[in-house]
Amino acid sequence: MKKRITVALAGNPNSGKTTLFNRLTGMRQHVGNYPGVTVEKKEGSVTFKGYDIQVIDLPGTYSLTAYSLDELVTRNFLIEEKPDVVVSVIDASNLERSLYLTTQLMELTGHVIIALNMADTAAELGFHIDQALLSKLFGVPIISTVATKNKGTENLLEVTVSLFEGKNRLENAIVRYGDEIEQELDALQTLLSQNSFTEGEYPLRWLAVKLLEDDKELTAKVEKSLHGEGIIRQAQKSRLHLQTIFGDTPDVLIAEKRYGFISGACSEAAKRSYEVRHTMSDKIDSILLSGALGVPIFLVVMWALFRFTFTLSEPIVNWLETGQGYLAELTGRVLPQVYGLRSFVIEGVVGGVGSVLVFIPVVSLLFLALAFLEDSGYMARGAFIMDRFMHTMGLHGRSFVPMILGFGCNVPAIMSARTVDSARDRLTTILVIPFMSCAARLPVYGLFIGAFFPERIAGNVLFSLYLLGIVVAVASSRIFSKYLFPGEGLPFVMELPPYRLPTGKGLLIHTWGRVVLYIKKAGTVILAGTLVVWFLSNFPWNVQYSMDYNALINEAPDNKEMVSQLQLRMKSEKIEKSYAGKIGKAIAPALEPLGFDDWRVAVGLTGGIVAKEIIVGILGTLYKTGVKDENSLTLRDALRRQVRADGSKIYYPLVAYSLMIFVLLYTPCLATIAVIKKETGSWRWPILSVAYTTALAWVSAFVVFQGGSLLGLGA
Amino acid sequence: MENKILPLSSIRSGSEVTLVSVGGGRGIRLKLVGMGLGVGMKIRVLNTGGSGPCVIVTGNRRLALGRGMAKKILVREETDS
Repeated sequence: MKKRITVALAGNPNSGKTTLFNRLTGMRQHVGNYPGVTVEKKEGSVTFKGYDIQVIDLPGTYSLTAYSLDELVTRNFLIEEKPDVVVSVIDASNLERSLYLTTQLMELTGHVIIALNMADTAAELGFHIDQALLSKLFGVPIISTVATKNKGTENLLEVTVSLFEGKNRLENAIVRYGDEIEQELDALQTLLSQNSFTEGEYPLRWLAVKLLEDDKELTAKVEKSLHGEGIIRQAQKSRLHLQTIFGDTPDVLIAEKRYGFISGACSEAAKRSYEVRHTMSDKIDSILLSGALGVPIFLVVMWALFRFTFTLSEPIVNWLETGQGYLAELTGRVLPQVYGLRSFVIEGVVGGVGSVLVFIPVVSLLFLALAFLEDSGYMARGAFIMDRFMHTMGLHGRSFVPMILGFGCNVPAIMSARTVDSARDRLTTILVIPFMSCAARLPVYGLFIGAFFPERIAGNVLFSLYLLGIVVAVASSRIFSKYLFPGEGLPFVMELPPYRLPTGKGLLIHTWGRVVLYIKKAGTVILAGTLVVWFLSNFPWNVQYSMDYNALINEAPDNKEMVSQLQLRMKSEKIEKSYAGKIGKAIAPALEPLGFDDWRVAVGLTGGIVAKEIIVGILGTLYKTGVKDENSLTLRDALRRQVRADGSKIYYPLVAYSLMIFVLLYTPCLATIAVIKKETGSWRWPILSVAYTTALAWVSAFVVFQGGSLLGLGA
Repeated sequence: MENKILPLSSIRSGSEVTLVSVGGGRGIRLKLVGMGLGVGMKIRVLNTGGSGPCVIVTGNRRLALGRGMAKKILVREETDS
């Protein structure tokens, strides 16, 4: 059996940590969650020199305080899992600021390696770093890497292995905090060393520092332990003492001392031959962030994003739809007609899941475009540009990224709202994300826009829906932040990473991960949902028909038209009398004022609660069985041909638009509801979300349909 | 040499300033320190951003600060004359 080494990568956001992780592990990655919390845990593995090296990409953090979930997760992982080696990934062009986290990692664990990443950028900016000297001053091995060009990764693994084997071990430097603070630390450490609770688990010096910093989490933990109260009393005394001497809280003093240590080391080991005051990024920013052009350019980028997705995916979707038709025909010929098996495979499996899968190109392209914006650095600019606008929502620019991710899928978007620091802003963001039209709703729009709107305005109709979602989100956010969570939000601070040309591999890994997640969803939840719907629409199996169709068919075997007419009527009656039909009919009257009191759509909308992708799948199942020729007519044509009892068409552009608005706004899907519950820790918020969104959807569709009818936009 | 202490929000673009104090709660102060905004550090103001957020450079890191935050950060502008 191979020996195993666990390596944790820690570093600031934008330090190139994830690129390095991708370089080290390639596609052998696994994304999960840290136990109990919803912070993403990325793991990968690499085999090197007979070792099986497990690499963990920790969340990007600037520090190890208890104020942010990411930082808590990072430090708890280091304490509880005790990885064999911790690689501190440093942006070499931003040496001093990046090393701040390193000093804290060094206090927490003795097995740190510094990866001096982006060494090439640093050199271009005029930095000269004496690695050997810096390594000596920190007492930590240093490897220079250029993750984007795959330089230094081999070397990093080499040093990891030798550190693990106990070779070349250096004595980590200890940051000294000055006599007064050191005295208090000594006093605390003496008390802590007598306490069995801390034995072996926490490095004592680190714990003492945290107690002086008045760290909420650790103070609470120590307090609960045996003799803990005495320790906490001492910590309070020490803090008060230091505060009277220095006139500032110990946490600030400790931070200053850390920077003092770093700048001391850097002034010896790092020189700057020239200063580039305005980098390329600054030049680009002077245009992209300018008051006059910032917002228009941003809107154009967003528009281009959706154009790119829709235009490019259209032909691929068409091919897939054709392929799906062939597959249905083929299976129809091959499978025997026993116990509804054929109906199950063609309508349930091929029809339902197939209708979902043909939209994979749309989803992939959207994720690809989002990954491009993220990796290039423009996403952060979006937050910056939108900050002022977000203020009108009572939110900050920071909430913008989670909201825009909502266009991909609400589930990861709600999870990413964790980057919003204040609880109030976070809840508001979570509650409005469902209005951001996720990719799963796109198939519904694609179907109805394709069927009822000419191609030249298709893009604009789609854009108007997304825009409406945003407008509703803004209005709701204002209501929430004013009435539900009155008070001030936390200030807005975020880093603007330098612009980078995204690498193909990086884009591929990002996009791939999300597409896989989508397919898994389609394969499990949606398949289950479609099967439930198939069951509901096919059972009870033996229906009491209004007339004896079989007898009538047998009476006129030569009149082909009559036979197919009868078969069709028999089928529709069967579905109408099925469980699904009953559910749909019960709901349909409530949809009448919205224009689409069609029980099939009502069934689709009900199924859509499981996942929005299902809606199209259900309509596919329900309409294909109710239409003359199963294979030659597409779903679009079927919808266009639906008529009421009086012969008037059910669907025309206004009804389609009203329906799309309803789909845009009504209840979030099960996965989203579940994640809202998980993220907020209470059922209160998901329930509020379901009630609020559905009520709003009904009212909005009502206004649009009734208003449109009054304006003469009817059939 | 004239030393004026002003909120960051009223500094004009392109100036170099020294950070004097950060208002607000402990959480946000520690967060800013982690990002490279500690008392006594030199920062450069890139874009005061009108009524929106402003961009500053600390080390080689560009940070966007909301208007409200920029008002709570006091800095000293070092101007010759």
